[in-house]
Amino acid sequence: MMKALLGIVIFAMSVCAQAAVSIKPLDPVDVDVFDLKSVRRGAGYYVNYCAGCHSIKHLRYSRIGQDLGLKEEDLRRDLMVGEAKLQDSLLSAMAKEDGEKWFGVPPPDLSLVARSRGAKWLYGYLRGFYLDPATPTGVNNIVYPNSAMPNVFWDLQGTQKAVIKKQGGADVIEGLALVDQGKMSPRDFDRAMADLVSFLVYAGEPAQYERLRLGKYVLFGLIILAIIFYRLKKAYWKDID
Amino acid sequence: MASEKVKALLGWVDERFPLSSFWNEHLARYYAPKNFNFLYFFGSLALLVLVIQIVTGIFLAMNYKPDAALAFDSIEYIMRDVNWGWLIRYLHSTGASAFFIVIYLHMFRAIFYGSFKKPRELVWLFGMVIFVLLMAEAFMGYLLPWGQMSYWGAQVIISLFGAIPIVGEDLAIWIRGDYVVADATLNRFFAFHVIAVPLALLGLVLLHLTALHTVGSNNPDGIEIKKNKDENGIPRDGIPFHPYYTVKDLFGVSVFLVVFALIVFYLPEVGGYFLEHPNFEPADPMKTPEHIAPVWYFTPFYSILRAVPDKLGGVMAMGGAIVVLFFMPWLDRCEVKSIRYRGAIFKVALALFVVSFFALGVLGTQPVTPTTTVLARTFSVIYFAFFLLLPVYSRMEKTRPVPARLTDAMIPVGQREGRHWELLRSALAKIAATGAYQRGQAYVLTLVEKIKKTCFKSQ
Repeated sequence: MMKALLGIVIFAMSVCAQAAVSIKPLDPVDVDVFDLKSVRRGAGYYVNYCAGCHSIKHLRYSRIGQDLGLKEEDLRRDLMVGEAKLQDSLLSAMAKEDGEKWFGVPPPDLSLVARSRGAKWLYGYLRGFYLDPATPTGVNNIVYPNSAMPNVFWDLQGTQKAVIKKQGGADVIEGLALVDQGKMSPRDFDRAMADLVSFLVYAGEPAQYERLRLGKYVLFGLIILAIIFYRLKKAYWKDID
Repeated sequence: MASEKVKALLGWVDERFPLSSFWNEHLARYYAPKNFNFLYFFGSLALLVLVIQIVTGIFLAMNYKPDAALAFDSIEYIMRDVNWGWLIRYLHSTGASAFFIVIYLHMFRAIFYGSFKKPRELVWLFGMVIFVLLMAEAFMGYLLPWGQMSYWGAQVIISLFGAIPIVGEDLAIWIRGDYVVADATLNRFFAFHVIAVPLALLGLVLLHLTALHTVGSNNPDGIEIKKNKDENGIPRDGIPFHPYYTVKDLFGVSVFLVVFALIVFYLPEVGGYFLEHPNFEPADPMKTPEHIAPVWYFTPFYSILRAVPDKLGGVMAMGGAIVVLFFMPWLDRCEVKSIRYRGAIFKVALALFVVSFFALGVLGTQPVTPTTTVLARTFSVIYFAFFLLLPVYSRMEKTRPVPARLTDAMIPVGQREGRHWELLRSALAKIAATGAYQRGQAYVLTLVEKIKKTCFKSQ
């Protein structure tokens, strides 16, 4: 019944004047893991919207605290749920079997999703849900068609529809347009999703803070070494014609 | 006083072990041609990378679990929970690619200056065995992270053995230890990767160096410096490897390490070429990735494999592309070693070969389309033609006279002959005549003076 209603709504809307395309499949995203405020906000969105189904089994709360500069009470207040211990990983309470039963596939672990898919893909995926009555969840995804995931951000984002374009006789989704706005303006929602992607990029490689901070000192040392060895070579070789 | 004691100790050791003679034979009185250039860094760099791989490999093996259920997670455990684990892992993964860059340049140098020719055939053959072992080492090591590409890459390559008539399928099962790539495969690959192949590699490096130090190093002129010795029996154009080339190689090492560190610290994935993106997903035998591509260093050979329509033919072509390299010393009939004095026909052939090798490498990373297949076939033909026609065209070459003594490490652009060099010279002259260039040059010169004044005041 709901689906039929939705279908009618979509049909009605597509007959109306085409709304402006607000989202394209792979829009660029500004991710800066050194913007700790953004990563912290992303962690908050993650816990509130993703952690119910997804795990990040390779990330501990204590590690988040250490890397993002959060104290134990901050972690307990904002990120940790229930009886979780500080050294616990971000595990979902959902059993794998349940996930499989409910969605057809168990929701994947997100520890490395930013490294296998990339930030741009994630950003496009998270913003890319549109109404599609043909799917069990009522939504489809523009970058990952027939994804089993429902749009968990619908209350923030609102609903979107696909803007179809004829190309070589076939229907191609040109982009997405907002049908009705959620709690956030499109700009705020994009910012929120960029924060979430930043958090996932951080979660993909927590060592990147250490790596990127250390790099310049190592390089500086090696360049000095190279200069010293160059002069040493010159000194030794001065008599060789 | 102290030095006397050291001398006495050295004497004590020398009576029991040939320490001094070993030092002299291989370093202090090993005479190397004095005009080695940039291309001669890659031998010592290969040794350095080997050491990096062994040392980082030991630490990785302390924390890695060769078990299909644990392997993938143990890598992430290394990346996150082991102290400096991320650094050790990136050094090892970057080292694998660096090894191939260094080895490919090292092999190119040998072909460029004819270092594989008489009397260095065995140096070349030992080197080729090292190259084959290195490919085996890299292939087996790549399975260990147990990601999607690890799994499916191994699946594809091992299944190639199935193309061999009669015994093929049984052979493939024997290699895997199972009907598909599985835990048994992972365990045996781990054993080969950390024990068998590295041991064999070290042994062959020893043979490679022993053979080299018996015949002496070649040089950019392709002249035998041992033919011209002074009254003390020392080659007139030779200099002791230590200290001259040890300090020079130290400089080469430090420059290499700068580039290496840049990648390790700022670009460890190198855009999905050193660490492939799908390999951050755990191996899933039920889910074939849409596009299976080997790591970049195997792509030229992978391209050749795909270029042949028949499976067995493809396997043979791929194997042949490596086997044919072994025969280089006998395929090349030209008396002259160095490219400097060889004929235009060889220069063109080598250039075409290098272009083909790169092109095959790029094509090997791409999904197959009709266009890429045609291109891959064309470049495969050029690849093989370079070797198979070598006995013919190397005999027809118009070589130039080889000088009696060594010349420059790099021939200055002003002295080079040929149309293209003239074009380059005139282009350079035009650039030098522009105002912008002169202003830039003046600026750099004053800057260098300033740095010299502030940093090296004492001199």
